[in-house]
Amino acid sequence: MKPRRSERLSAFRPQIARLERRLFLKQGLSLGALSLLSGCTLKDDDAVDRLLMTMSRFNDKIQAALFDPAKLAPTYSEADVTTPFPFNAYYEEKDVPLIDGERYRLQLSGLIADKRPWSLDELRALPQSSQITRLVCVEGWSAIGQWRGVAFRHFLERVGADLTARYVGFKCADKYYSSIDMPSALHPQTLLALDFTDAKYGYPLRLRLPTKLGFKNPKFIGEIFVTNDYPGGYWEDKGYNWFSGS
Amino acid sequence: MVGGVDKPRTIHPLFVRVTHWVNAFAIFVMVLSGWRIYNASPLFDFEFPKDFTLGGWLAGALAWHFAAMWLLALNGLAYLAYGLVSGHFRKSFLPISLRGAFDDVLLAMRGLLDHAPGRYNAVQRLFYIGVILAVIVAVLSGLAIWKPVQLQALTAVMGGFETARRVHFFAMAAIVAFLLVHIGLAVSVKGILTPMFTGRAEAPR
Repeated sequence: MKPRRSERLSAFRPQIARLERRLFLKQGLSLGALSLLSGCTLKDDDAVDRLLMTMSRFNDKIQAALFDPAKLAPTYSEADVTTPFPFNAYYEEKDVPLIDGERYRLQLSGLIADKRPWSLDELRALPQSSQITRLVCVEGWSAIGQWRGVAFRHFLERVGADLTARYVGFKCADKYYSSIDMPSALHPQTLLALDFTDAKYGYPLRLRLPTKLGFKNPKFIGEIFVTNDYPGGYWEDKGYNWFSGS
Repeated sequence: MVGGVDKPRTIHPLFVRVTHWVNAFAIFVMVLSGWRIYNASPLFDFEFPKDFTLGGWLAGALAWHFAAMWLLALNGLAYLAYGLVSGHFRKSFLPISLRGAFDDVLLAMRGLLDHAPGRYNAVQRLFYIGVILAVIVAVLSGLAIWKPVQLQALTAVMGGFETARRVHFFAMAAIVAFLLVHIGLAVSVKGILTPMFTGRAEAPR
């Protein structure tokens, strides 16, 4: 079902610019709520910010503990696929990066033994699998889509990634970036997707994992790295919960 | 010693008072941040006025919502455990009777419903049990949309992800509807608000 009147995250860009440096709650209490709360000490935004961020980190740990590496997301039939699939990014649809597939090379860095770049043909030569799963957006809407590509676990093993490292990070051609925990990266439904409905959804390469919210599925991936240092992410650094598991 | 003419008796046990006010704060945060989250992708043809939401933008609202959920859930579990073990639920909420509630509504409309401190009338019993169930449904449907993969059995019970969103919305609506009546009566009926802080019924006049 196509979400009606769903807000694009990009609509918040002016606010983000303003709030970026002081986290997200500096102006978090709207006037109405503040007047209802008068008398409480909630004017001390920094303390509230800190408390909420502490809770968000606590929720990361809870979600990691709740994550079952063997539990599969429900799958659907082709008839269930949402058409058209909603486009969502921090920019408008007309601003998607256009990438030349012939010249494209996936870069690898960090705790990976074989950092040789990969062409699309080489990625396509690896075993492919496909899935029809539900993508849940942090905004609340959801849509069922179909993705096909390389099992991410297979790829990470193939390039000799340190599978005991904590994070896998992604740098994208649209200046987006994100990171996920290694157990989620190794989940059987986590896919390095090469085929999807339309180029605007991340050509030539995107991550698809039904075990996390939509914004944890970076598109237009240019580089993958493995690290033990928390890499954050575009939305995560602005205050969205990092783990964001489903 | 209890119920003496001079000594006001305790009609709301300390445990009930504390969990009530913690719950009031948690519900306040959950509802107002929830409205802001709703606005990011409205299910119906309306949005909540921004001035009556909490969080400022989606990430802020989510941070409030996912912090206060612990307060709501843990406080709620403590309250339910107390209510079941101490006999508070049995003594205060039972028996319930639709007929009795109907009769009490008629009496109230004619201004004849007697308010006995420390004793819930039939409408109150029905409303309190109803709102407790609504909060339980809100928490369960909330878990279902928070973790549709890890808790997929629960999400399935809630009718799937999209239906669970609607269940969550209507559970909120039921809670808010209750609050309109509850707060309206708490501030308008004489002598019932103070005991919710002190626990003591006001001295009989």
